[in-house]
Amino acid sequence: MIEPWQYQVVAALLFMIGVLGVLIRRNVIVMAMCIELMLNAANLSLVAFSRVWGNHDGQIFVFMVIVVAAVEVAVGLAIILRLVANRDSVNIEDTSLLKW
Amino acid sequence: MTEQVIFYICSFIVLLAAAGVVLNVRNTVYSALSLVVAMLALAVLFILLHAEFIGVLQILVYAGAIVVLFLFVIMLLNLRGGDMGAESQPILKIVGTLLIVGAGAKLVTLFTGARGAWPEVGREFGTVREVGKILYTDYLLAFEIAGIFLLAGLVGAVVMGKQRID
Amino acid sequence: MPAYVPIALFLFAMIALLFAPLMTWVERKQSALMQDRIGANRADVFGIKAIGLMHPLADVIKMITKEDLVPTGADRWLHTLAPIIATIPAMVSFAVIPYGGSYQGWGAEWSLVVADLDYGVLYIFAVASLATYGTVLAGWASNNNWGMLGGVRVAAQMISYEVAMGVSVVGVFMLYGTLRLTDMGVAQQETFRLLGFIEHLGWVGAGTWWVNLIKIPMWGIVLQPLAFFIFLTALMAENKRAPFDTPEGESEIIAGYFIEYSGMKFGLFYMGEWVEVVVISGLITAMFLGGWSIPYLPDAVLIDFLAQGVGSNMANVFAMLIHVLTFFMKVIFMIFFQQLVRWSVPRFRYDQVMDLGWKILLPLSLANIVVTGLAILIAGEIMG
Repeated sequence: MIEPWQYQVVAALLFMIGVLGVLIRRNVIVMAMCIELMLNAANLSLVAFSRVWGNHDGQIFVFMVIVVAAVEVAVGLAIILRLVANRDSVNIEDTSLLKW
Repeated sequence: MTEQVIFYICSFIVLLAAAGVVLNVRNTVYSALSLVVAMLALAVLFILLHAEFIGVLQILVYAGAIVVLFLFVIMLLNLRGGDMGAESQPILKIVGTLLIVGAGAKLVTLFTGARGAWPEVGREFGTVREVGKILYTDYLLAFEIAGIFLLAGLVGAVVMGKQRID
Repeated sequence: MPAYVPIALFLFAMIALLFAPLMTWVERKQSALMQDRIGANRADVFGIKAIGLMHPLADVIKMITKEDLVPTGADRWLHTLAPIIATIPAMVSFAVIPYGGSYQGWGAEWSLVVADLDYGVLYIFAVASLATYGTVLAGWASNNNWGMLGGVRVAAQMISYEVAMGVSVVGVFMLYGTLRLTDMGVAQQETFRLLGFIEHLGWVGAGTWWVNLIKIPMWGIVLQPLAFFIFLTALMAENKRAPFDTPEGESEIIAGYFIEYSGMKFGLFYMGEWVEVVVISGLITAMFLGGWSIPYLPDAVLIDFLAQGVGSNMANVFAMLIHVLTFFMKVIFMIFFQQLVRWSVPRFRYDQVMDLGWKILLPLSLANIVVTGLAILIAGEIMG
């Protein structure tokens, strides 16, 4: 039998891979994809707990998270398109105007 | 027994595909396709947890629309060769990886062996009918706000995408 | 292994594999009939020309033996992956389409669906949304600017019509109260009296004879005619066939998304489209045209009637055969109808396609939901 904590371990590992991606990669679009990984890790954790408690609250939460992720991707990618058109590069270092 | 096999295979696929998203330096399209594989494996895990509606929604919305949007943007920007600018700052990479591996190990040891058990749920748990009932009665306000939120996002994306603001 | 799985799997394999090359023959012969010519009838095997049925065989041999070109600079892996991704969703959609009801024979229950999912129609929508990857990757992997732009446009068309497709059948879900295709098939076997509202409103007394005269089966097309047309249109636009084949048509001017494909990869794209025509026909039959049942003849009545002649087991087998035959008759009619539309209507311009999807079909679907909800409320009030 699969224990509940095993799902949490998978979610934690997925989340950590997402954070690693945001820290390491400099490509703006890949960073957005790693943010989606983090959201999905949270979704997995929520659904597992919804099953543990036996009610649907976790699944409603996941529904809202999916809606928020969809909106965030739409608006965020529109912003990224504008940004890349402005700076002419997908490297996130090029968007920083600070000296160091 | 079948449940264990499916769980281990799908968790392995999810983590492998997530690593594929992060580590595919040369080709951004391969990162997006790895993300799709991760979403699909995650949907299988959801269905394993008796959350059928959320599992199908994951495929429909996440794998079928959000990642397609990512692919559109990658293609419109014509990122054929992956990153044009060099991946700089090796110090950040090394320190970041060490930190994340350390935090990940701590989290895993924290969760391992935690108590908790699966209660018995009826056959109707997680079906479209049950989730829909709760969505429209207990969580009606959240549902309506989600609708308006989607509308705001739609308007925002269209405004951001216009060529000239006149 | 449960007894019903091999039968359903066999039927599924037969449809998916046999109908696809057969559809090339249907297209040639039906268009020839409509255009008052003979069509292709030259290919023969040892002198046997079966009204042109050898042509699919010739086509397949030609496509397999053609040279497989991958353009220089194109991504080899993605170039090969794209037609596979384009074809898989069409074939996988057969898993939830019911070819017949459920029958009791020799102690076991036989149910002619591969997977009787509780969220059957939602599964088909989810799988259809994965089909956009095939076109997007095909355009990208061709290393051809025009091919890429064509691919993005086609994917935008497919995504737009997914919305209208999903919203238009919400009325059907409300009426039948289920997403399960087998339950919809069973619910469509009931009949309602056309003039029944006269009796419910109290204008005549109960039990008048002429009120019970006209009975209509509760088929989806009778209860939701607008949803039928919107759903059919949206599905045909998803399939990139019929009047919505802007990618194929613009091959003459600007490259479509599969301009760099030759041989069996191109054949796989085409086969995917034809398998999807059969899937569309199966889905429309299951939801709107009464599924596997003969009108005015519910399952139980048929089985009882047959059981008086032959035993109960054989009655179930005969009923199964009759139902499968009925289902296929309806599917063939819908295939014929789709080909009819394809060969008589000129193709839309791209902006007309997008206008239709967003500005016409989507508002109509939403209005359909509102009207259906009102009708259910009012009918509930009238019937007490």
